[in-house]
Amino acid sequence: MMQPMQDLVASLPHVRPELLLAGFALVGVLIGAWGGDRLFGLLSALGVAALAGAGVLAVIDAPVAPVRVLQGAMVIDGLGVFAKVLIGLSAAAALALGADHFARDKDPRFEFPIMLTLAALGMFVMVSAQDLISLYVGVELQSLCAYVLAAWRRDDALSSEAGLKYFVLSAISSGLLLFGASFVYGFTGAIHFDAIASAAAEGGGVGLLFGLVLMLCALGFKMSAAPFHMWTPDVYEGAPTPVTAFFAAAPKVAAVILMARVLYEPFASFEPQWRQVVVALSAISMVWGAVGALLQTNLKRLMAYSSIGNMGFALMGLASGVAEGPVSALIYLAFYLPANIGIFALILAMRRNGAPAETVADLAGLAQTRPWMAALLTMLLFSIAGIPPFAGFLGKFLVFRAAVDAELVWLAVLGGVAAVVAAAYYLRLLSSVWFSAPAARFEPASFTIAATAVAGAALTFPVLVLALGSVQNWAEAAVRMNF
Amino acid sequence: MNWADIVVGLREFLRDWPLLSIVTFLPAAGALLVLAARATLPGENPGFDRGVRFITLIFTIVTFAASVLAFAVFDPTNPGYQMVENTPWAFGLAYRLGVDGLAMSLILLTTFLTPLCILASWSIEKQVASYMVLFLILETLMIGVFCAQDIVLFYFFFEAGLIPMFILIGVWGGARRVYAAFKFFLYTLLGSILMLVAIIAMIATAGTSNIEALTAFARGPGFDPQMQTWLWLAFFASFAVKLPMWPVHTWLPDAHVEAPTAASVVLAAVLLKMGGYGFLRFSLPMFPDASHLFTPMMFALSVVAIVWASLVAFRQLDMKKLIAYSSVAHMGFVTLGIFSGTMQGVQGAIFQMLSHGIISGALFLCVGVVYDRMHTREIAFYGGLVNRMPVYAAVFLLFTMGNVGLPGTSGFPGEILTMVGAFQVSVWAAAGACLGVIFSAAYALTLYRKVTLGVVENPKLEGIVDMDAREWATFVPLVLATLIMGLAPGLVLNFTDASARAVATAFTGGAP
Repeated sequence: MMQPMQDLVASLPHVRPELLLAGFALVGVLIGAWGGDRLFGLLSALGVAALAGAGVLAVIDAPVAPVRVLQGAMVIDGLGVFAKVLIGLSAAAALALGADHFARDKDPRFEFPIMLTLAALGMFVMVSAQDLISLYVGVELQSLCAYVLAAWRRDDALSSEAGLKYFVLSAISSGLLLFGASFVYGFTGAIHFDAIASAAAEGGGVGLLFGLVLMLCALGFKMSAAPFHMWTPDVYEGAPTPVTAFFAAAPKVAAVILMARVLYEPFASFEPQWRQVVVALSAISMVWGAVGALLQTNLKRLMAYSSIGNMGFALMGLASGVAEGPVSALIYLAFYLPANIGIFALILAMRRNGAPAETVADLAGLAQTRPWMAALLTMLLFSIAGIPPFAGFLGKFLVFRAAVDAELVWLAVLGGVAAVVAAAYYLRLLSSVWFSAPAARFEPASFTIAATAVAGAALTFPVLVLALGSVQNWAEAAVRMNF
Repeated sequence: MNWADIVVGLREFLRDWPLLSIVTFLPAAGALLVLAARATLPGENPGFDRGVRFITLIFTIVTFAASVLAFAVFDPTNPGYQMVENTPWAFGLAYRLGVDGLAMSLILLTTFLTPLCILASWSIEKQVASYMVLFLILETLMIGVFCAQDIVLFYFFFEAGLIPMFILIGVWGGARRVYAAFKFFLYTLLGSILMLVAIIAMIATAGTSNIEALTAFARGPGFDPQMQTWLWLAFFASFAVKLPMWPVHTWLPDAHVEAPTAASVVLAAVLLKMGGYGFLRFSLPMFPDASHLFTPMMFALSVVAIVWASLVAFRQLDMKKLIAYSSVAHMGFVTLGIFSGTMQGVQGAIFQMLSHGIISGALFLCVGVVYDRMHTREIAFYGGLVNRMPVYAAVFLLFTMGNVGLPGTSGFPGEILTMVGAFQVSVWAAAGACLGVIFSAAYALTLYRKVTLGVVENPKLEGIVDMDAREWATFVPLVLATLIMGLAPGLVLNFTDASARAVATAFTGGAP
């Protein structure tokens, strides 16, 4: 083994995206401490650049074969690069929305871009984790920043409640994660994924399985898969909307990719066992996400249930085994994110008398007062509902196909039925937009918000639909490098 | 230079043109143009709305012209798919278009009716640009369904069509429009999502999504009989809802009644045909064993639909609802003909689909004419219209007779052929269908008597005026089409002969 110092020096060129994020966060704190909140705009702009830059840098530095760095604690590979692009870009979009929102609300605090960047850094570590320590550190860095972001409006009861609830429940799941990891360590004597994999291949016993199930529960919590979803609606509702937009996108990618890593790398030999767990998580999430949303009237709570259901579909991909599963899950996420960010951008755009739209009824008659906004929202919602010709349909098609090929036809049928039930509440939103008599006009949307919404809609149709072939090549190359 | 030379020259000239893509996406281009105009010009004024109507009308007429061009270069003697375009997409799927006689005739029906629908929508005042954009997108998607030669692409168009229809019903519909729009969307979606899973299973088994190759696979190795049963049922769930068959037809009266006139026309004339098209394109050729297995059920459901829907139609108080139930009955003839599996039956079913497209569309337009004037569809409100609107009464009479299936109108050949086809397989089913013909005369003539004949008793009808120039322009093509198809059915039958033979052969597994 290389000397630690040599190893560190050799590793640094491979972790440039992470260094960029960490560097921005550290320098940003200093600048902010010196300049105060009047630098909010500048720091946010730099943060957007750093996040997007980290995503781009990940692609530029993409290796042809997996590279182990930092003494094997992390790996730079295709899967990680794919995830980092999605995380970097969606976090950049959420930060841009947040900068715009808080500037308008006269609530600029310079810590916002820094906390968000640190959370993204935690996700970058998560998706590259190669041992139990970096896995836990990544998850915790992400979660701690997320608690703070959820409670960002300190003087608002709902936001503080959201932060506290998130913190308490998430701490329990972190405890589960540690507990599970300690079981794995105890029964294999190893923290590194490769070593765990070889120990697991020799059997490993029920203790190892117990540890795996505990870790899966914790990861299910982080990605808000039912039945570990209870925090999601409250946190989504209480957190400021740009923060919710962030929660609904980047952390989901990180958690799904991390789960894919845990399942397919150290525990590949346990597939028959973990498959039952993932199938159950997927089925319950799809059904509960669809049914739970039916009676919601708050937009953000509705989107919370929507994200629970969508995680169920992504998990259907993971449950389908190595042949097609990860590819379909990656593409599902890649097609889910732009629609999701676009919808939150539109929710932010709907402001009336200085207050943002809260309920489904607030959207009444949007098609008459703001026809373009209504058209974008229609596209994005139908994409998330999985109706063609939008990209969301292709995502659902691919996970269904993975499930059918893995002989999980019943899961695909259940997913189809759940998609129909879910369509009912997306239609309820659209019914308010199109069919109801118009309410008062919304204030004009800012350029950032409009550009984000247009970009999200353009990605769902036609860009990603036409570029399906390129996305396929990329996702397959990313997965083939590892599994 | 005679006609054949011109066709040969035209074929040569257009050989490398993506003609089907042009037909499919011309309306979408029109929609983009309207959107661009809406974005740049100050909208929401009468001049802008008039311009949008004309742009839409021109684009739909040009689309019709393009489809006539495609029709001219189409070779009816060739049983295979023609004008094939093939561009690989991803995951083994392809953007693959192609038509046979069946698809070509339904495309022509679509492009023929859409300009008439736009004419009938001239009276729409609310959000004109959105309405026209949705209608143009809907036309693209409808044509795409019939052109698609990749099964996933087919599904893509098939289901995407729900979106514009949902909004058209919900925004421009009648009093219970929101309920009807939801019912239409969710009912149809549930049916088709099961079909999606079946499509995926088919691709997994056959290793291709190309419809032609799937049909060949079904002929060669074929799908396992037990699997066929499941696949057949999944496709049935989608097409039976779409067609619609009894007992899953309940969305149709609501959707038809609440939709604006032009959307009702498109629903009845084209969207319902997708169900019949699906049976002919997928269920019979790809799952022949299962189709045989389920033939008794299909016959029973068809006869029940014919008799029961006719009786229900007789009791309706709302003109549109009556015509909606008569659609259910007429679609019963279509399924009866298709599942007889005989050459006459299949030919009759195709003919009946085309004829019903024109006649039911025309009947909805007839209702639209008086609805535009009086804003009610209640049968009891009207009476004695012949005294005030003689031309309208004549036109309405022609289409009523077509609906009954009077020889000389396009309604007759389809009904007689399906019954001849069914008779060869099941005398009882044919007898039941005959009963339906009698009932159809009962409800259609009663409707006509109550609305047009007699004296004007309702004082509100005193001032009603006959059809204006725009309405003439709408109805003349329909009248001509009905008479031509009724008097010279051979024109259509020759055209669809090869496709029908292919279906019948696949079903009987040998001699047609």
